[in-house]
Amino acid sequence: MQRAFLAAGFASVVCALVGTFVVLKGLAFMGDAVAHSSLAGMSVAYFLGGNIFWGALGWAVPASLLITFISRKANLRLDASIGIIFASGFALGIILMSRVTGYAADLFGLLFGNILGISWAEVALIGGIAAAVSLVIAAFYKELLFTSYDATMSAASGIPVRLMQYLLPVLVGVTTVASLKAVGIVLVLALLVTPSATAMLLARRMPSIMAYSVAVGLIATVLGLYLSFYADLPSGPSIVLVATGLFLLALLFSPIKGILWRRNALPSPSQEPAG
Amino acid sequence: MQPVKPSHRTDPEDTHSGPNGHNHAQRVVDKPTPALTPALAIDGLWVRYNDHPALEDISLQVSKGDILGIIGPNGAGKSTLLKTILGLIPAWRGQIRVLGEPVATSRRLVGYMPQVEQVDWDFPVTAGDVALMGRYARRGLLRRTTGEDREAAAAALDRVGILDLRNRLIGELSGGQRRRVLLARALANQPELLLLDEPMAGLDATAQHQFLDIIDGLRSDGATVVLSTHDLSCVSQRCDKAACLNRRLVAFGTPGEVLNEDILGETFGTHLLLVHLDGQAYAYQHHSHDSGPDPSSVSGQSGGK
Repeated sequence: MQRAFLAAGFASVVCALVGTFVVLKGLAFMGDAVAHSSLAGMSVAYFLGGNIFWGALGWAVPASLLITFISRKANLRLDASIGIIFASGFALGIILMSRVTGYAADLFGLLFGNILGISWAEVALIGGIAAAVSLVIAAFYKELLFTSYDATMSAASGIPVRLMQYLLPVLVGVTTVASLKAVGIVLVLALLVTPSATAMLLARRMPSIMAYSVAVGLIATVLGLYLSFYADLPSGPSIVLVATGLFLLALLFSPIKGILWRRNALPSPSQEPAG
Repeated sequence: MQPVKPSHRTDPEDTHSGPNGHNHAQRVVDKPTPALTPALAIDGLWVRYNDHPALEDISLQVSKGDILGIIGPNGAGKSTLLKTILGLIPAWRGQIRVLGEPVATSRRLVGYMPQVEQVDWDFPVTAGDVALMGRYARRGLLRRTTGEDREAAAAALDRVGILDLRNRLIGELSGGQRRRVLLARALANQPELLLLDEPMAGLDATAQHQFLDIIDGLRSDGATVVLSTHDLSCVSQRCDKAACLNRRLVAFGTPGEVLNEDILGETFGTHLLLVHLDGQAYAYQHHSHDSGPDPSSVSGQSGGK
């Protein structure tokens, strides 16, 4: 139980941090695609008797780079390139898994997470990944922020925009892998998107959005795990539903953007004369 | 004075800074004295985009403290020219010097304001954050911004008159304020040359004039400004030089020399009726097809008035 809390906590923190950029840049489904396609990597590892974690990581990072690369070089819209990687990796994973006896049970664990069966070694690994990703974000915060906001201008400022535009997908890939154990392939998207989206309803400016996002992610994880433990529910879906509940609360009652007080909101100033 | 046609290499006979028309064929070998170094010198610039020429043989010079207005139809290469000066688009042939420095090292000297539609106004940053981004060029990777950077960003916001809005999210700003934020970001790095891509597009007349007053103020502080615009009256009233661009430089000179029906007709590829009223030029288009210049209609004469 302790291990589950730690692992899910680490995962939710990085997801919340990376998720803020993901939501702002509209990369949500890149995370989903990377998670699904990494089933192929996990299956290969499973097949060869290796650690499925490294299999997933070894697949996720090239997959996220490939998505970015294909969409740039083939001049394809990002969602199309996401779709190709998403489905092909997932299909390959299913085929490989189907060659393993008793694959349904294992597949279920991969798809929906199996946080209660986590080992200390895996907790340490997830913690290590979380620390590394957080450090990278802290180190390149200025550049990630500027590039996400205005790529042209940041290129003009001498920031290595190309590098940053590949760094974010890599962070997304690594982060999804760190979260697979907690919520599973299918539900990673929720951990990546929901806390950040909730935070954007609660805070206005970038650093505080990230802080709120981490808080929402942690609260959802802790409450979700308790819920699954005491009500005997699957843990991943419990976390996701708690996060969704928090999002709905923020949507309704957020002091700055809650739809219940929309009447008092500022009129949106679009094209009025300078003043 | 004849407006300069691109067929003969630039020889702008600069009316402002006197005799620097002698570097006609001669490359800048030894560094000229700073007083004579043009803020911007473009010599025989070609830019290719997907194997098609986007700019052909552009040559022009802008003196320090001048405002150059670039006019031309959509797709004429106005933004491309600005981005090439900035170093975002590589020159294919020819050279660009900013205060005598090549593009590779002139980046610090140049401030750039993109078109307002190219910016994500829903991004959760404040006006102060955006102005501070103008300083990122000074701090390398992994370096944090300093107190000096924050002061410079605040000074830039103050310069454009929106220091009181620095904690506002950019999405909450009006159209005129949004342009001022982008201008403040360009100013935060204390540039010598300002490149403004259609800074007044979409503003009403009052806001345009307020914005142009800010530009005038910057010019009196010694900045050189290059702006692209569709607004001929802005060029005739506020600019020292005008460049008519349609892939090639149709004409370059003072607004009085350049803003006439022949040159504008050649630039916009359609007949424009030009009305002068209280020293302002207004252009009216007869037909609306916008099909680039027709070589057969190029007239050799230039009725500079």
